[in-house]
Amino acid sequence: MSAHAGDEILIAFATAVRAAGVPVTMDRTRTFLAAAAQLGVGDRRSTYVAGRATLCSGPDDLDRYDKLFHSWFDAQEPLPRTVERERDPVRSLAPGSDDDDLLGQGDAEEPEDLLRVAASDTELLRHRDVAEMSPAEKALMARMFDALRPRSPVRPAHRRRPWHRGEVDPQRTLRRTLRQLGEPGRVEWRRRGVRPRRLVLLIDVSGSMHAYADALLRLAHRFATADGRRGPVEVFTIGTRLTHVTRALRQRDAESALVAAAQVVPDWSGGTRLGETLRVFLDRWGQRGMARGSVVVIFSDGWERGDAALLAEQMGRLHRLAHSVVWVNPHRGRVGYQPVQQGILAALPHVDHFVAGHSLATYADLSEVIAHA
Amino acid sequence: MPEQSNPASAGLSTSPTDLGAKLSATGYVGDDALATVTHLALVMQRPLLLEGEPGTGKTALAEAIAQALELPLIRLQCYEGIDATQALYDWDFPRQILHLRALEATGGADVEEAEKSLYDERFLLARPVLAALRQCPAVLLIDEVDRADDEFEAFLLEVLSTYQVTIPELGTVKATTPPIVILTSNRTRELHDALKRRCLYHWIDHPGLEREVAIVRSRAPEVSERLSRQVVTLVQQLRGRGDLLKPPGVAETLDWARALDRLGVAEVDLESAALTLGALMKYREDSERVKQALDRMLAV
Repeated sequence: MSAHAGDEILIAFATAVRAAGVPVTMDRTRTFLAAAAQLGVGDRRSTYVAGRATLCSGPDDLDRYDKLFHSWFDAQEPLPRTVERERDPVRSLAPGSDDDDLLGQGDAEEPEDLLRVAASDTELLRHRDVAEMSPAEKALMARMFDALRPRSPVRPAHRRRPWHRGEVDPQRTLRRTLRQLGEPGRVEWRRRGVRPRRLVLLIDVSGSMHAYADALLRLAHRFATADGRRGPVEVFTIGTRLTHVTRALRQRDAESALVAAAQVVPDWSGGTRLGETLRVFLDRWGQRGMARGSVVVIFSDGWERGDAALLAEQMGRLHRLAHSVVWVNPHRGRVGYQPVQQGILAALPHVDHFVAGHSLATYADLSEVIAHA
Repeated sequence: MPEQSNPASAGLSTSPTDLGAKLSATGYVGDDALATVTHLALVMQRPLLLEGEPGTGKTALAEAIAQALELPLIRLQCYEGIDATQALYDWDFPRQILHLRALEATGGADVEEAEKSLYDERFLLARPVLAALRQCPAVLLIDEVDRADDEFEAFLLEVLSTYQVTIPELGTVKATTPPIVILTSNRTRELHDALKRRCLYHWIDHPGLEREVAIVRSRAPEVSERLSRQVVTLVQQLRGRGDLLKPPGVAETLDWARALDRLGVAEVDLESAALTLGALMKYREDSERVKQALDRMLAV
């Protein structure tokens, strides 16, 4: 390595950090070089600190950075290999081809029939289980998700807004007086406004929820990006571990957002340790403020493989922190469903709304429940 | 990025070790990484973004820097709905009206003069950011920036990149020496990348045993060495348990040590620990768990 200039080594290192999954941008690399130069490049410890301060931007990054730094500069063990992940389970849907192609499959009907078929087909899909759909139907579904119009739950705001009655607004009244050079004018009024409440979505992506994961992420994407929705939305996947996927889902295009989400979630179709992951969520994010006063929606079937007592305890904690807790269970819509799974039994006492979530119609209902939660 | 070595701020910190020594002279015991990052923030004139568990001394660092460098500390506490009038400046309306009335009563100046005198410096209420730009050099602490809204972050970004503020009626205020900016966040939400990119980042962890003992000794010198060591050992064990809702921070350790000391306890025993547990544990569930575990922990 001694053959290379110091800058080259550092830039190569920054590139490796990016390859390890830390979002390092060009200007961060530049800041890193400047910081390392300030501290003197010869010193291993200062380079480490300079990189940590300039290339990382969160505790998740620090872990990756540390690992990479040691393997890069100590060169004892080989670089961590990027594990070839099996093809992302978010089955990429057939890109929406012509409607005729999708809807008129197989049968040769005359064109005037088509519209009717399309309409009735749409109605049918709304109540069919998402798990039993073909790729073509799923593509249609994607377009129907776009029609979903989620609204934010709201809370009273701290700040007052001008209104035509309510309480006296001294500042605006004075300002008006001032504008009239001290001549008393009309009295102005104000009242408390409303602000959107934070919405936190926790999506179970374990094996038993496999069939719904695609649709649920799509729903989450819709919530995170829908036009007209202004409130903050945070999305996590739960299973055997907690993954923050909000950033991945923020992209406008649903397909690429789902692919991006699939890339960051390490535990697709794995086991379920709801209690444990919920605890991690509350420790790392929830109790600090993310769950406080927000509407938390959990999408899960409640098949808990861990300790149900832990789940009950964590749900109690969540319930005390959040404004309201909604549990969405895809199986609830099934005829003859009884909440008998250990997990759901443990969680139900701490849930404000227990709703179904297996079809588009129920998702529309869900967004109403959330808007009024 | 041109690394201008501004004489004013370069004089503040000559090297990480020097800065570390200055900080520990104020009673802030940090590790060398923290001193290095702070040094970098000073010489590169970058804001420093601090994250970490509650009670690990994020806010205290800003206070220590201000004290060590003998600069005024200006604090901006963020909250939901904070906006530019609370962060930057506002006009003192009641005083402006009084002034206007006074002018009227004396039958004084012409309209233009009166108007001009209304937007005078003395009617300007300088809020923290403006105050920090004017009183440079200063330490500007922007506390719990994650509580503010996105829009406020965008506004901060603008100020932090140019270190200047334009007041339409008065003109532009530009800092001759950029203030030392410390941002703290509790990670209730992810900050925007644009803001993070502009800052140096440091995650403050809970201190190790020796360092925490040093912190207790320097912050609460009245507590004996023996008691501090025992208290810190217990707290470190509690943190390692992993089943507590709120693992105690350094602030709680200090509180507990002081509480025990005030009660005249020379050595922690089961009774005194149970009595003062309220200083350490802030949740009923936690207190109960710890009470059950205490006799085992104290037996060692």
